[in-house]
Amino acid sequence: MTFNKSLLIPLGVFALLVVFLALGFRLQNPHLLPSVLIDKPFPEFELKDLRETGLLRTVADLTGEVSLVNVWATWCPNCLVEHPELLRISRETDLPIYGVNYNDDNEKALGWLARHENPYEFSVVDDKGTLAIDLGVYGAPETFVLDTRGVIRFRHVGPVTPEVWRETLLPVVEHLQGISGG
Amino acid sequence: MARFLLAMMFAVSINCFAAIDAYPFPDEQLQQRYDGLIAELRCPQCLNTNLAGSDAMIAQDLRREVHRMLLDGHTDDEILAFMHERYGDFILYRPRLGAGTLVLWLGPLLLLVLAGLVWFRLAHAQPEVLAINTEEQARLDKLLKDGGV
Repeated sequence: MTFNKSLLIPLGVFALLVVFLALGFRLQNPHLLPSVLIDKPFPEFELKDLRETGLLRTVADLTGEVSLVNVWATWCPNCLVEHPELLRISRETDLPIYGVNYNDDNEKALGWLARHENPYEFSVVDDKGTLAIDLGVYGAPETFVLDTRGVIRFRHVGPVTPEVWRETLLPVVEHLQGISGG
Repeated sequence: MARFLLAMMFAVSINCFAAIDAYPFPDEQLQQRYDGLIAELRCPQCLNTNLAGSDAMIAQDLRREVHRMLLDGHTDDEILAFMHERYGDFILYRPRLGAGTLVLWLGPLLLLVLAGLVWFRLAHAQPEVLAINTEEQARLDKLLKDGGV
């Protein structure tokens, strides 16, 4: 009996299906959107400082050092989850953390920082969510790693847990600090 | 009971309408473009809901942004490009042709061509000829001629 090549067709289709499904399931969390802003300069903004509302902050205030920009709000439960880790990072490293207080109420935000301590160099008031839209933020918390020139080099969606810091953010930060230091 | 159910239905529908923020537009055409845009843009926080159908905070912000841009005189393409620059392919329900979306656009065409090829092969396949030796052939001839063994 000669070998019928058309018998291979279902096998081929099956193999193709396996490849597609494998790719599909590897993107474990469909909520994680790929960021289009990586390696682009941090968007321009002019927003009030949360503490000194007379003071306008711009993107120039974020440059000069490798830094973290953290989008947070008092209505966001996961922001409270990551808060101790942000506090620890601000205490134990000299990495500046800037806050974007997103769609929030100033009074509540200041109260929240007074209650839970403030890990931020400063926070800007993004009560209309305009900076958040420019950043492609679709929830909070989100954390961006900026290089010395204020270019977005990494984005993390979700709380910064000790694992996320150790395994994901810290290597990026050290890499960027290494480039600027050497 | 029927009256109660009717009342419940209205209670629910009123709640639904309350969630929809009405933006004023100076003319009907702008309103239609707004409705079209928020139907076509996907809410970034939801897996499968457009901006029009979502109550998420980001959807509310983006609807406000679409409204503002329309009043500022931006074209539909400019607004879609604005969203695409920030949120990527995900936000467009009709994805653009690009490296990442190529398979979406060309996949169906490829499948069609493949199906055509299979059909062509099947339709033009030669009926299989079974080989028999001379002895069997002679027996077959005899059977056909005599109508019996």
